[in-house]
Amino acid sequence: MSHSITTIGVCGGGGTMGAGIAIVAARAGFKTISYDRSPDSLASARKQTSQFFDKSVERGKMKPELRDEALARLTITSDISELAACDLVIEAVFEELGVKHALLKQLDEVCPDHTIYASNTSTLSITEIASGSTRPHNVVGMHFCLPAQLMKLVEMSAGILTSPETFKTAWALTEQLGQIPVETRDDPGFILNALLVPFNNDAIRAVEAGVADAGDIDKAIKVGLGYKMGPLELIDLIGLDTQIRLCEAFYGITLDPRASAPPLLRRMVAAGLTGRKSGRGFFNYGSNAMFGA
Amino acid sequence: MSEQATPNHAIPYATIGTSCQSFPDNDPFLSSAVTPDQAGIILYLGYPHRNDDSKQAILVELHTECLGELTGEHLGEEGSNVLGFARYRNGADDPSPLIELVKQKNSKPEAIAAAIALFESAGLQVAVCNDHLGRIIDRLVRPKYNAALRFLDEGRATQKDLDLTCKLGLGYPDGPIERVVRGGLVHHYNVTTALFEGTGASGYAPARRAIVAAKRERN
Repeated sequence: MSHSITTIGVCGGGGTMGAGIAIVAARAGFKTISYDRSPDSLASARKQTSQFFDKSVERGKMKPELRDEALARLTITSDISELAACDLVIEAVFEELGVKHALLKQLDEVCPDHTIYASNTSTLSITEIASGSTRPHNVVGMHFCLPAQLMKLVEMSAGILTSPETFKTAWALTEQLGQIPVETRDDPGFILNALLVPFNNDAIRAVEAGVADAGDIDKAIKVGLGYKMGPLELIDLIGLDTQIRLCEAFYGITLDPRASAPPLLRRMVAAGLTGRKSGRGFFNYGSNAMFGA
Repeated sequence: MSEQATPNHAIPYATIGTSCQSFPDNDPFLSSAVTPDQAGIILYLGYPHRNDDSKQAILVELHTECLGELTGEHLGEEGSNVLGFARYRNGADDPSPLIELVKQKNSKPEAIAAAIALFESAGLQVAVCNDHLGRIIDRLVRPKYNAALRFLDEGRATQKDLDLTCKLGLGYPDGPIERVVRGGLVHHYNVTTALFEGTGASGYAPARRAIVAAKRERN
């Protein structure tokens, strides 16, 4: 039987993705409980959330009273038992099956039978995640894009045992959140990462093969195709170490050669060139010089 | 179609041959050309080039072939004032403002500089690359289009959701399926066939839908 959703929990609410999802939920009028094991991360996320809403007000995108109401709807906790009140819990914890299974086990002990568990995974199988719960029919994929509070897309996937009712309810909720859902099968990388990760690897291999330098590759893609960002600039933003983790997740499942991490990527990470966060990846953010210059 | 200026360039240029690929008949680029004997740069458009060391640059339009097929290769030491170029075009779409300029190891720097200056003076943008199959864009996007077409076949998502995901999630101006279909599945088949034959890489093997389109056109 379908329950209407009034309260949403977010696990991993102290992280960038979790905090963004909590903003989306609270902004859309839902009582939102943001859970994280780290009180410090939660406090920091709460502060950033407040600043985000303040900016929204400054830019005229939100009325001050709506900001105050949204913030009042959003509570934070490091006590997982407080998620007992939730009709739907969105998990955005670390992308490791064991971590997600441990969380689902705890949620099974705390949450009522009707609670839907939505996973924000971008790489793991919804069916495999659901196998960590005694209620796999309640588990659904809801992959938000970073930054969740700005990006409208949500990739939605049903696992093998997901009930049609769960999927339908989660889909309707996504629309109520003001997001735009797309349906994709529970296949590795869904749509977005399944297309993006090999494409980014191909761009790295083009640098490696001496097809062109990073600047010319990105320029060609932006000018020729109208993309806002070149693939190498995007990898710098994502983080080269993160790209390796994505490759390992996909290649292990698909054995698609395009999904395997290019040797240059591994060498650059070994050298500490992890992208924007380290100041240098394919581009140098200190001096704007090209990689290899 | 992109805004394109009439070239205002110090080095006069001539065009030999005609090309619907890079410069359609009414393209402003063509109107400022001079005769070959007055030109410092000669562009060969769909026409076999002739070497001429007296010119600053000889620019040969490329399609799916490598520049080396036209110039000959010398154990990795090739290069002269002859360069390749391709104005990127998604099949039947209008030409983009991008010129992929193809050089070889010993291409003359002054030829490269002259070519860049010429195209930029015409309002085009230049990305320089070495002489590899598919140059930059086709090398990178064709496997992605193949994957998107395969996802459609396998029922991973609908065409609408595949395209919408790329537009919303990645900020692309259009989705991969709508783009490859608009450009022409037969065009995609021709490009990927050349890439697959040349590289042997499975990502370039033409997608089933492209094969079907090519066979239907032949029949």
